[in-house]
Amino acid sequence: MTIYLIAFYAYPLYRNVELSLREYTVRSFVQGGAPFAGLDNYRTVLSDPAFGPTLAHTLIFTGASLAFQFSIGMALALFFHQHFPLSRTLRALILVPWLLPLIVSASTWSWLLNSDSGLVNAALGVVGIDPVNWLTSPGWSLTSVIIANIWIGIPFNLVVLYSGLQGIPVEMYEASALDGASSWQRFWRITFPLLRPVSTITLLLGLIYTLKVFDIVWIMTRGGPTGSSATLATWSYRLGFGNMLPEFGPGAAIGNLLIVMALIAGLVYIRIERRQHLR
Amino acid sequence: MTTSTPRSWWKTGIGLVLTGLMLFPVYWMINVSFTRDQDMRASPPHLFPTNGTLDGYRAVLDQQLPYLGTSFLVGLGTVVLTVALAAPAGYALAKLRPPGGPALSFVLLIAQMIPGIIMAMGFYAIYLNLGVLNTLPGLILADTTLAVPFGVLIFTAFMSGIPDELIQAAVVDGAGRLRTFWSVVLPVSRNSIVTVSLFAFLWSWSDFIFASTLAGGGDHQPITLGIYHYIGNNNQQWNAIMATAVVASIPAAVLLILAQRYVSMGVTAGAVKD
Repeated sequence: MTIYLIAFYAYPLYRNVELSLREYTVRSFVQGGAPFAGLDNYRTVLSDPAFGPTLAHTLIFTGASLAFQFSIGMALALFFHQHFPLSRTLRALILVPWLLPLIVSASTWSWLLNSDSGLVNAALGVVGIDPVNWLTSPGWSLTSVIIANIWIGIPFNLVVLYSGLQGIPVEMYEASALDGASSWQRFWRITFPLLRPVSTITLLLGLIYTLKVFDIVWIMTRGGPTGSSATLATWSYRLGFGNMLPEFGPGAAIGNLLIVMALIAGLVYIRIERRQHLR
Repeated sequence: MTTSTPRSWWKTGIGLVLTGLMLFPVYWMINVSFTRDQDMRASPPHLFPTNGTLDGYRAVLDQQLPYLGTSFLVGLGTVVLTVALAAPAGYALAKLRPPGGPALSFVLLIAQMIPGIIMAMGFYAIYLNLGVLNTLPGLILADTTLAVPFGVLIFTAFMSGIPDELIQAAVVDGAGRLRTFWSVVLPVSRNSIVTVSLFAFLWSWSDFIFASTLAGGGDHQPITLGIYHYIGNNNQQWNAIMATAVVASIPAAVLLILAQRYVSMGVTAGAVKD
């Protein structure tokens, strides 16, 4: 197992760090012998005018996705936690968006948001709103990929929060009902606090996954137009594989910045997990 | 508690509406896959495929079968390799308690957090030198990295629950370590094998980033690339694109129906680990 880990995680990671520290061209990539460049690639990336906006997009993308995925997922979890016929079946069906291949969801959303014949613009037209160039205008492209990403993330939040809800003893609610608490009070005083450990972990895992999101953005907008929906992940891919002349060095450097962000979130996750276990 | 009062049927109604809203894009994908080219730009769009056509599906059968075949092979290969690697590892972590076990579990957790693009670049560099770029085994190996850490953690969690007496009984009967694993531990772990296989298959089936970086120039390309090229090359024939998308979603749908409880088990176990 250790060997597998070294061969399939550590070695690619090592190569990636190495890539980021050398000046690679297509030729030196195949033949070896790329000159050592130190932190030049990092300097290139950080001083690139695209760096600031791309970092901002990554943060907006992650923040907005998390906020909506979590709140909608929570609302659905609370709703489906009630007993009613078909509750189980419907809950299972809601998992579908999460299980679909991302390329499928991304292309479906591309078509829904299509400027000329997409359903979303047609629906907006019915209520008298002018069509929006969702994917092709710099002002809307980021919003579009966020909408699609929220849709994909809701089921995950629903399932995890739902399993958290099941851990709350029914007696708590019965007692509070006797005390005459309203359902709103019950949510804020009982459900929300007791669900906090599960919520924290859901959000942190969501954060780690969302930082990694690549497929959706790349397939829907390729980070464009003019970089208006580029995130660190798509930028890194564009540099490495998106052009005729690959720039592996800077691409790998961005990737490593991304992994640092994910690792920080990961360490926080593990700390919180540990603390909960000790309790 | 679960008696169907009129009130709870009312809730079912709301539940249906909510589920319908969530699944509407999926419905729309299916609807568009049956829509004729000339109706595609109708305004307002037709909500039902009134003049349905199977052109899209004909195009899938004509052009996408090789991609689907590749995806199946890669998916099966990934499942086999993932279980073969993760089950013994999970057993070792759960029962044999090797030195450094906790540290290894920790590393596995971290491994799941590495962004795909980083692994893709690293693999690309290695594969280029080894000459396994654009080969099926190369893609299968890369795809296992998606599911192996998850698999080990699931197996560890599950196998820790197997009573020690069961294993000791096998040892008393004279079974070696391997035989105990093969004929005692594996059969009782069937549920976790199903869960891990399910996710390994789904993840490798939907993988796009490894496919496009490690198999994008080869003869054997999976269905995710099939759809991707389709969008790139003809962004007019949306019924064919959506038909391909529908076909590519079938494994997810089938697995969801067949293995409902394993799916939610996997999601929660993957998120809240022991």
